[in-house]
Amino acid sequence: MAKVIIDNVEYEVPDGKNMLEVCLSLGMDLTYFCWHPAMHSVGACRQCAVIQYRDENDTRGKIVMSCMLDANDGTRISLKDQRGAEFRAGNIEALMINHPHDCPVCDEGGECHLQDMTVMSGHNYRRYRFNKRTHVNQDLGPFIYHEMNRCIQCYRCVRFYNDYAGGKDFGVFASSGRVYFGRSESGTLENEFSGNLVEICPTGVFTDKTLRKHYTRKWDLTSAPSICHQCSVGCNTLASERYGGLRRILSRYNGDVNGYFLCDRGRFGYEYVNDEKRLTKAAQKATADTDAFTTVKNLVASGTKMIGIGSPRASLESNFMLKQLVGEENFYQGIPRHEAQLTETAFNLLRTVGVKTPSLKEVESYDTVFILGEDVTNTAPMIALGLRQAAKNLPREEAYKLRIQKWNDAAIREVVQERTGPFYLATPCSTKLDEIATSKYYGDTDSLLSLSDKIIAAIAGRQGGNDEAWSFAGEVAQALKASKHPLIVSGTGMMSREILLAAAGIARALKAGGSDVGLTFAVPEVNSMGLALIGGKYWDEAVEYVAANKDVTAIVMETNPVYRFGAKQAESFLKNCGKVVMLDSLENESTEYADFVLPAGTFAESTGTVINNEGRAQRFYQVFAPKNEMKSSWAWLDMMAHNSEKWRHFDDIVEDMIAHYPILEKIRDLAPTADSRVGTQKIPRATHRFSGRTAMNANVSVHEPKPPVDEDTPLSYTMEGYHGKAPSKAIPYFWSPGWNSLQSINKYQIEVGGPLHGGNPGIRLIEPDGAEGGDFNASGNGRNAGKTFEVLPAHHIFGGDELSAKSAPLATRIPDTAVSVSTTALEKAGMAGADRLQINYNGDNLSFKIKIDNSLPDNVLMLPKGFNGTQGMLFPFFTDISKEGE
Amino acid sequence: MATEQVISEEARKEIEALFEHLPRKQAACIDALKVVQKYNRWVSDQALVELAPILEMSPHEIDSVATFYNIIFRRPVGRHVIYLCNSVSCWVMGYEAIRNALKEKLQVDFGMTTKDDRFTFLPIPCLGNCDHAPSMIVDEDLYEDLTPEILDEILAKYE
Amino acid sequence: MERPLTEHIKNDGTALTLKEYEAVGGYQGLRAALKMTPADVMNTVKDSKLRGRGGAGFPTGLKWSFVPMGDDAPQPKYLVANGDEMEPGTFKDRLLIEGNPHQLIEGMIISAYAIGASMSYIFLRWAYHEAAQRVLVALDEAYKAGYLGENILGSGFSLDMDLHTSVGRYICGEETALLNALEGKRANPRNKPPFPQVSGLFGKPTIVNNVETYCNVPHILAKGAQWYIGLSKSEGGGGTKLYGASGRVKNPAIWELPLGTTLREIIEVHAGGMQDGYKLRGVLPGGASTDFLTPDHFDIKMDFEEVAKAGSRMGTGTVIVLDDKTCPVGMCLNLEQFFAQESCGWCTPCREGLPWTAKILLALEEGRGKPEDIDHLTFQTHYNAPGNTFCALAPGAMEPLQSALKYFREDFDEHIHNHTCKYRH
Repeated sequence: MAKVIIDNVEYEVPDGKNMLEVCLSLGMDLTYFCWHPAMHSVGACRQCAVIQYRDENDTRGKIVMSCMLDANDGTRISLKDQRGAEFRAGNIEALMINHPHDCPVCDEGGECHLQDMTVMSGHNYRRYRFNKRTHVNQDLGPFIYHEMNRCIQCYRCVRFYNDYAGGKDFGVFASSGRVYFGRSESGTLENEFSGNLVEICPTGVFTDKTLRKHYTRKWDLTSAPSICHQCSVGCNTLASERYGGLRRILSRYNGDVNGYFLCDRGRFGYEYVNDEKRLTKAAQKATADTDAFTTVKNLVASGTKMIGIGSPRASLESNFMLKQLVGEENFYQGIPRHEAQLTETAFNLLRTVGVKTPSLKEVESYDTVFILGEDVTNTAPMIALGLRQAAKNLPREEAYKLRIQKWNDAAIREVVQERTGPFYLATPCSTKLDEIATSKYYGDTDSLLSLSDKIIAAIAGRQGGNDEAWSFAGEVAQALKASKHPLIVSGTGMMSREILLAAAGIARALKAGGSDVGLTFAVPEVNSMGLALIGGKYWDEAVEYVAANKDVTAIVMETNPVYRFGAKQAESFLKNCGKVVMLDSLENESTEYADFVLPAGTFAESTGTVINNEGRAQRFYQVFAPKNEMKSSWAWLDMMAHNSEKWRHFDDIVEDMIAHYPILEKIRDLAPTADSRVGTQKIPRATHRFSGRTAMNANVSVHEPKPPVDEDTPLSYTMEGYHGKAPSKAIPYFWSPGWNSLQSINKYQIEVGGPLHGGNPGIRLIEPDGAEGGDFNASGNGRNAGKTFEVLPAHHIFGGDELSAKSAPLATRIPDTAVSVSTTALEKAGMAGADRLQINYNGDNLSFKIKIDNSLPDNVLMLPKGFNGTQGMLFPFFTDISKEGE
Repeated sequence: MATEQVISEEARKEIEALFEHLPRKQAACIDALKVVQKYNRWVSDQALVELAPILEMSPHEIDSVATFYNIIFRRPVGRHVIYLCNSVSCWVMGYEAIRNALKEKLQVDFGMTTKDDRFTFLPIPCLGNCDHAPSMIVDEDLYEDLTPEILDEILAKYE
Repeated sequence: MERPLTEHIKNDGTALTLKEYEAVGGYQGLRAALKMTPADVMNTVKDSKLRGRGGAGFPTGLKWSFVPMGDDAPQPKYLVANGDEMEPGTFKDRLLIEGNPHQLIEGMIISAYAIGASMSYIFLRWAYHEAAQRVLVALDEAYKAGYLGENILGSGFSLDMDLHTSVGRYICGEETALLNALEGKRANPRNKPPFPQVSGLFGKPTIVNNVETYCNVPHILAKGAQWYIGLSKSEGGGGTKLYGASGRVKNPAIWELPLGTTLREIIEVHAGGMQDGYKLRGVLPGGASTDFLTPDHFDIKMDFEEVAKAGSRMGTGTVIVLDDKTCPVGMCLNLEQFFAQESCGWCTPCREGLPWTAKILLALEEGRGKPEDIDHLTFQTHYNAPGNTFCALAPGAMEPLQSALKYFREDFDEHIHNHTCKYRH
């Protein structure tokens, strides 16, 4: 701890901070632009100037930048000194000489950090009387809108995009008053995290193009704390609505999970919520049944033979209620046995390996990384962003030895240069993280398993041969053993249970040597872990069951069988069912087979709990009350179960679930119950500045309708309620007086960049339980049945997820379906120069466009998972190749 | 459509020779741009694309460096470049008369290239020749104690 | 009067060859140094009171002493000669490089030996084509003679040296920006601390000194610290200094004179006084980024302390003369346009403040000035004061302006009230 003096008051503050952080953490208001809690200080904008005094006898002091001033013992500054205040106001005036006066038409208006800082500085009159400089804007693709004239040159964008996220197609150009932030030429920003520019930019240079298409001011949005449903990481989001449509997604700060950031799939993949193919009312096929749901309820009440198909993209509550409704024996996970066993394996390993699974935030703290098999940039992008930070930890140590403070970002980067690691990858082919790898190894599943055995042997000190695999294994083992905090990363991406076991085996071997090792798995979907916890039979068994039993009523919940299992298998299943009740949000390839459809809410129209890849249970809240029949799946199921017009309260369902699953005991504390209040008030989803409530329905009726009531959560749908800071478990938007932008998060944190007041939301359910066991012997030789190629799934951030792929902005980024193959493999097959090839899958010959990837081993092909033409494929499989039509 | 290579084999070898004393290839970025310019007069978008793999940088990263500096040209220049010093000593000693005379003779102002592609006319900060102001450089040749009268003779040397 | 740095520079405009340099005692300083320990070399330079000749005047030996030494010091260490000389009105280093490149190279080798550097660069500004050619020839000669490369003169000390010619930017003269340029990056300055001695080129310990500074080193090693101190007329530092003058003086040139020669002697004796028909109104004593001095200050010694006491800086020691037929406002405009253009664009006061300042001065020159412009120019001089900006560029830019507002205020007022510049009409 250090004692610092601010305006003659002494404060005890943690060591290793700069004075700007200290002031903000103490709740003071001080203006800044270039500093960012995740990216630290570079001293460019000069906005955080304060007066520093040598000691109590120094009455003059001097102007210093608080972000570059170490908060060590005796540091004495003033925020109130008039000269500092004048400098800060003058600096704003200088920034404003070229900033357009276009706030009324600027997308950032109302949540603009520059607006806030301008007001905070006291600057209000501009003396500049000359022309403003102007720039040409660029088309940066479907996500980001560019308005360069608004730029105040804080350099945050380029520091995030290039230095933090590893982007290479963005930069700062020219010099002096002409500096320009963008690309060398117009074009789509390629980096997976480009959307964070929207939040990083302190003003309206980079704004959300998807929001712009249906623009609403921040204060007119109705928002709820949500969880991203587009992968297994469970990033915390703020989802916002107006006029019944979802308008945008922002990151919701969670110091344990995604911090300040989101990936582009999570941020821009929400438009399926607004899709015109949304199911909006209960309906019965081929009838004009006006009360289809009553028919469904009667069917259920009639005691018909029922099965339920659950889903990894549905909440715990929904899967639980479906299981309750159909009975334990009749509940099937909506995924094939092979896939379900993968997640179950991952789930069990989190408990039994005896190794800590770090939170996403903790991933950033490891100093040596080994990735086995997983292309995390595409399967769990935010883990990749965390790993990029981890890769700099050991090189940074050198800077710390030179007594450079941790917040001195530019100086650290100078010492670090481009160095990363130790960082090792063993994957089927090159991935985006290769660029920061110390060394990498490519192989098919068996080679990677055999490599893992060698690594485990090398960790135990055994020597091997001189081949490439042994020397790589030796290097990896040595680095992992030498590390203070090594991290093993793997996942279900290769669809191999053995790969998971092998990764766990390496972690266990390190742990046996006393290492403080971490183990992280990426799993397929938002609630894959939750579904594994709920358990159930497998899809394959459901197929067999309906084939063997007539007149079965299948309730298919948030599962699109055609997408998941392929048209052939889905069709035969659906046709074999007596009746199909489909509970989903979008009309899709499968709904046409349904006898009844019930409109399920997406994450935006439902409340629930999901469990992420690290076993963290997280609550997402319904964003708005739709003016149609959409509701949470669990609500539909509860009404069916109780033949009722109204569902039980959400909290009752949770209690019911906890009673059945004691492991879920802790989720009672996940969020305040529906009847809890702040004081006497609910937490409003709408801001206190919300406008147009009496007018927004005037085209229908001039009478203001009664606002919808949320009986399931402590949130209200309107602006009525408590307008102080919401408790951390239910923050619908960030705001603090004078802080209208997302930077108001400062005011919600115990210390800036640290945990939220009241604790970061989310509760970890799965910890190593000491019951170490399990066999990690994971060799899987001889499975290829004489075929030449193993076909592995390639994952793609855009297109690899069913729902986000239906969002228009994302859809433009989805590549064509193509099979990846190496040139030498083609040559060996006598197909050099071919542009299509044919493989055999389950007896069918399928032809694909060829994409050359020479990092692939000669015996591996890769096909994009979940794409047109590959839907329902079970990976891996083995095949020979031929020319089309042969 | 195949784009014509703009970085010759010779230029590429010259760039690769720069790596010798450097801990990382990117450190040769500025010198590499100079090499490109030596052969091509200016650095085109295509040159950035071809330079990128040689330096293990993206074209955007190279452009970020290229556009920072005064003497890297990202637009075509004429066969000869006139750099007229506009800094303080030359300004005191009559730079404006020289500028006006050159403007008249070339029929172009700063930043422009003559129609016949013969000259590009640029201002340049202090040439370190202040005891012989006003000064200018044409290509790599320094001219000092300039008067409007001697300009024709100088320009005639450059075709 | 001794002129160790320039006495051997030939009048025919060619550079001293290696043979010629050796014939007049060249590389004797290096031979002497290699017989000493690096620590003794560093102490000799400390004792000589050599101060940096790039403008700031920091004691050279002290600067070197911050470089981590010993076996566990980070490697490699770098040594860089700053020959970016882009300060308007400054043309001294060119003389040294073109006239006697080996003197610079020798100075650098000795300095590298003192700090244990194994790689060195001469960072030369783009415009010095002739100097670049001569450095390349000299480097080649030095390598062949065994002064550079492996095991120099059998001492066990090895050093490589390379030439980097810049692609133009005034900010490259700032030592940390220069390092970024050498790394092939945008030449934004770096924050200090960490200082380059600790984390410099490629994050390794690095010394950057001005060309003239290095040129002093061989002589100090050859003839001793006491001899060197005796060359100076200044209390604050040893040696001679290259002074120069440009503008409407009879004999603009560079002269090597004892450090601490008076401004009067430089202008009236060496520069030969003003050209006929011109009167002197003021001078920028050490390049474009120094405060004006007036004839009232002519008896001060041109050294770091006395010029500072008079309210300016010795800077590079090259004097720019303002005469009575040149507009001081116009001169400020020229200077501020230069500084605005050469701002790297990193920090707000410089990037935004300098163009704004230049626009006001242009308005004044074009008769569009307003009375409040004076206040605003004064505001800019405070806003861009040292410490407020990231590096010294903008504070330097404000020095001529703030002093012009002090000494030539009536010219500013006349521009505003008469809506014209009288010097143009």
